[in-house]
Amino acid sequence: MSSSALVEIRNLNFAYDKRPVLEGINMTFPKGKMISIMGLSGCGKTTLLRHIGGALKPTGGYVKMDGQVVHELGQEGLYAMRRKMGMLFQFGALFTDMSVYDNVAFQMREHTDLPEEIIHDLVLMKLNAVGLRGTHNLMPSELSGGMARRVALARTVALDPMLIMYDEPFAGLDPISLTVVGDLIRRLNDALGATSIVVTHDIQESLKIVDYVYFMANGVIRAEGTPDEIRASKEDFVHQFVHGEMDGPVPFHYPGRDYRQDLNLQTSAS
Amino acid sequence: MPAIKTIKLIGHRSINAVWRIGMATRFLILTLLHSASSFRRFNLITKELFSTGVMSLIIIIVAGLFVGMVLGLQGYETLKRYGSESALGTLVALSLVRELGPVVAALLFASRAGSAMTAEIGLMKATEQISAMEMMAVNPIARIVAPRFWAGVISMPLLAAMFSAAGIFGGYFVGVVQIGVDEGSFWSQMQAAVDFREDILNGVIKSFVFGTAVTVIALFEGYDAPPTAEGVSGATTRTVVTSSLVILMLDFILTSIMFKGN
Repeated sequence: MSSSALVEIRNLNFAYDKRPVLEGINMTFPKGKMISIMGLSGCGKTTLLRHIGGALKPTGGYVKMDGQVVHELGQEGLYAMRRKMGMLFQFGALFTDMSVYDNVAFQMREHTDLPEEIIHDLVLMKLNAVGLRGTHNLMPSELSGGMARRVALARTVALDPMLIMYDEPFAGLDPISLTVVGDLIRRLNDALGATSIVVTHDIQESLKIVDYVYFMANGVIRAEGTPDEIRASKEDFVHQFVHGEMDGPVPFHYPGRDYRQDLNLQTSAS
Repeated sequence: MPAIKTIKLIGHRSINAVWRIGMATRFLILTLLHSASSFRRFNLITKELFSTGVMSLIIIIVAGLFVGMVLGLQGYETLKRYGSESALGTLVALSLVRELGPVVAALLFASRAGSAMTAEIGLMKATEQISAMEMMAVNPIARIVAPRFWAGVISMPLLAAMFSAAGIFGGYFVGVVQIGVDEGSFWSQMQAAVDFREDILNGVIKSFVFGTAVTVIALFEGYDAPPTAEGVSGATTRTVVTSSLVILMLDFILTSIMFKGN
């Protein structure tokens, strides 16, 4: 067990109604690094994040964050641990009934007794870091998708968390916003000295910014390595994923009955 | 076999209904337990009081006026047969304060504010705002649900009172101004017949109970809604249907306890 690991996942198992979602997952997230978890939609990536955040309890194994086993914490302990974490949700999840300013100030007001003048300065600094200081008076509905994602990023790092989790941070962004968000994620991680976990299926963007990659499929880790190792990987699945090929280990067709049978071309032939 | 299927379905539905009542009760208890912070930061409740209470004022007052005017007309037509038109004020006031005020105001409140609460919380859930709040170590029951609950509980009796007041003016307008019932007897008989404890207080208790029921149903449905467009729309419908039925049911129970037919 290395002491420099912020999050350790050991032999993690999880099932929804006996349907296994995660099986025997082992991962290590060293401090200060950016690690990406990749895989197809529905392979258990988000479920894994929810385990780290303590929203789900594993059916076997454990997640250890900063020396504490997450699922053994009570409500108080869990909330204390979550203050050390930030999570960016897929579409930002900004509070739609609050302005941009109030969204970023939310955690400062809930968790600290800072006077409003200091909160004001902190909020503008956080917004400035994502380049959106000028939007503090706007409502979330007035922002574009990419801007909303950046405001959400400012809110996520509002209390300088030691662990930042990103759930599909690149989903639905235009190429410019994509580069901006990717670049910001990397810069914030290094500036805060935080550890980041990026769950994504945007292979090209994340290979540019992360230090290490885990590939998941059907609830197990299929491959892992540095971005260079992944690019050079000979494994069928990784190759198909990195190059976006239609057919391979991941089939194009959803499993079903025989095509001819479905079209009634072969009635009781055998 | 269709018979067994039907029995199975009835059983399934019944278990589900009991289950949901239990969940809603647990939800109410959790809300009460996490209410302290909303009173420490009363501005959270004030904000919700505005959107549930103040924003419902117009519909409540307009509806109250019309209900009162109808009461004035119908009451006059009936009382005239017995030559007791002067009791019109009593009839209008008692009907409103005891029954129509709390009940109709609560029905309007359920469809105006209750449905909005359900849709808002359901959409917050669908857009992961509630998960985001939990990940920020802020309890959504304390931060989102409790202030809305207290805003509903506080504003319902006030809205019912506004409804009754507007209704009495409606009755006055039709009865006294238009038809020409004696103004003095309209007000003085009303004042003599309406008892503060027996009539007004019981009406306030009723609307307090209705307010609690409607708000809990609306918040629970929103919080429990499946996080999809279909789920939220279904939950909004259920809020209006369930709370309307619960209001009428509770009204019967409360009336039979309070007035006992004597």
